[in-house]
Amino acid sequence: MRAEQLPIRSPDDVARVRQAVRSRAQAMGYSVVEQTKLVTAASELARNTLVYGLGGSVEMQELEDGFTQGLQLVFEDQGPGIDDLDQALTDGFTTGGGMGLGLSGSRRLMSEFDIQSTPGAGTRVAVVLWKRAGARR
Amino acid sequence: MSERIPILKMGPFLLVTIQVELHDQLVLTLQDDLTEQVARHRAQGVMIDISALDIVDSFIGRTLAHIASLTRLLGASTVLVGMRPAVAITLVELGLTLPGIRTALNVERGMELLQRLVETDPAAGSPSDAC
Repeated sequence: MRAEQLPIRSPDDVARVRQAVRSRAQAMGYSVVEQTKLVTAASELARNTLVYGLGGSVEMQELEDGFTQGLQLVFEDQGPGIDDLDQALTDGFTTGGGMGLGLSGSRRLMSEFDIQSTPGAGTRVAVVLWKRAGARR
Repeated sequence: MSERIPILKMGPFLLVTIQVELHDQLVLTLQDDLTEQVARHRAQGVMIDISALDIVDSFIGRTLAHIASLTRLLGASTVLVGMRPAVAITLVELGLTLPGIRTALNVERGMELLQRLVETDPAAGSPSDAC
C-alpha cells in the first residue's frame, strides 16, 4: 500500500491533487460516480487547505479492510486552525466568501470523515471512501 | 496566465463549451468575459456546455450560478447543458442544487429552451440588435 504525498501551495497544486486522485481512483477500479465523489471532495478539501490553511499537503493511501478497498486522503496544514469545529461543519457557514459547503459537503460524499484542528497550530482532515460503500450500508 | 475559454456568438446567443480542466482563475475569467460580451453584443441567451467536465465542485458551481445571475441582470437567460449523471449525483450530495440555473440535457435541447425563453420573455434583450 504505497502512500503518495503532494504539496498544496498554489491553485495549480489543487488541480494536480484532483488529477492524482482521479488517476488513483481509476486505477483502483472505483465506479464513475465514486470517482466523481472522490475528486470533488479532494477539490473542496485541497482548496480549504490552500485558502484557509494557507497551504499544506495531502497524503493518499490505499486501504484494505478484508472485504473491500478504500482510498484515504489526509489533508494537513499549519494554518490558523478552526475555533469552532461544529460551526465549521454546518452547511452554509463560511469565513472565506465561499458557500460553506466544502467541509459539510465532503463529509456527505465520503464514507469516513475525521477532522482535528488546533487554533494557532493547524488542521488535519482525513477522509476515506470505501469502494461500493453504498452497497455496504 | 492568459488562458481563456472561447465564447462563440451565434445570432442572439452566446455559446461556451468548456473543454479544459477548470481552474478557479479560469472560471472567474469566464465570468468576467461572459458578462462583458453579453453586454457588448446585447445577447439574449447564454448556453454553457459542461459535458466535458468530470467534476463540478462548490467553487465552480457557485461561479456558474453567479454567471446566471449576472446575465439575468443584463437581460439574458443562461442555460447549462450536458451535466454528466455522476456530476449531478455528486452536486446534490454536496448540497449544491444550483437554484436559479436552467438546465437541459444536451446542446440541442438547450438551444430549444433558449429559443422558447426568448420568445416568451419580451424583457430578455432587444431583438432588433440580433444579427
